[in-house]
Amino acid sequence: MHELSIALSIVEMAQEEAEIRGDVRVQAVHLQLGLLSGVVKEALLSCYEMACEATPLEGSKLLIEEIPVEVFCPQCGIPRVIRSIQWFCCPECGTPTPTVLRGKELEVVALEIKE
Amino acid sequence: MSAEPRLVEVRKNVLKQNDVVARVLRERFREAGVLAVSLVSSPGSGKTAFLEKMLTTLRPRYRVAALVGDLATENDAVRLARSRAPVKQIITGTICHLEAAMVQNALEGWDINQLDFLFIENVGNLVCPSSYDLGEDLRFVLLSVTEGEDKPLKYPTIFNSADVAVITKWDLAAAVEFDEATTRRNIQAVRPGMEVLTVSAKTHQGMAECLEFLELRRKGSRVAIAF
Repeated sequence: MHELSIALSIVEMAQEEAEIRGDVRVQAVHLQLGLLSGVVKEALLSCYEMACEATPLEGSKLLIEEIPVEVFCPQCGIPRVIRSIQWFCCPECGTPTPTVLRGKELEVVALEIKE
Repeated sequence: MSAEPRLVEVRKNVLKQNDVVARVLRERFREAGVLAVSLVSSPGSGKTAFLEKMLTTLRPRYRVAALVGDLATENDAVRLARSRAPVKQIITGTICHLEAAMVQNALEGWDINQLDFLFIENVGNLVCPSSYDLGEDLRFVLLSVTEGEDKPLKYPTIFNSADVAVITKWDLAAAVEFDEATTRRNIQAVRPGMEVLTVSAKTHQGMAECLEFLELRRKGSRVAIAF
């Protein structure tokens, strides 16, 4: 259960970014979360609320965009989105591949602020 | 105050701080010519027994040291000290994983230029450690024969983040009717091409192959430096 420390980092990061922009209030934090990030969406959402308590972000929303796992298929020669993280192979031709291109994201992409 | 909220772009990795420290560590390890190997597994898979055996086996020929993470006790460090290699315990308190900064702090006072191999034993946990880069060159994920063949499918993220799978307690394989073929297939499903080693810390079976693998990887990283 490391989602609380991740949530605290997100709140801290959002607060710093907001401060740079002057007297603004953060209404929402947009986060990209890869399916291979090792972070559970539901746990992160409930931890986020806790992490926001008694901070300027209290009442703000965490909006999570889940990023599927994209691998490079050496057979097809193009990126492919895998169907399950229990099976790292091309969904079209079945070739196994360890080359992960996307899906490890844990990134604050944007803030919704009100001036 | 304007009425409408607006969207401002940020694009920042939440674990940036950890990743920056991990990069610094990796560079330090490379410059010092030390191969850093981390161990992850669920509690009770035999990380400490495996590590004790590795340290004891490597020590006559190489300079080895270990950092061991644990939630509350120093028992592991005490056990590992029997190998006579330098060992430091990292007590994480309530934190369920090691972070790069903990490794960095624990290394203070050690001259890593004097080392050939550094082992970092993570807290017994197959979930949380997967998100944190520790700057290691190799991540070993351990799985004991008593745990069940589907462990890689249950924890694909950590298996995918690792470089080598080590199947431990091999001496018990027959007794628990361990299905090696299925386990290997499951490992390959979540991390195609992953190296798999089978060991028994008790009977020493497979330890020589493990040693050989580490020696080769260390030479490999040395060669990479030379060019």
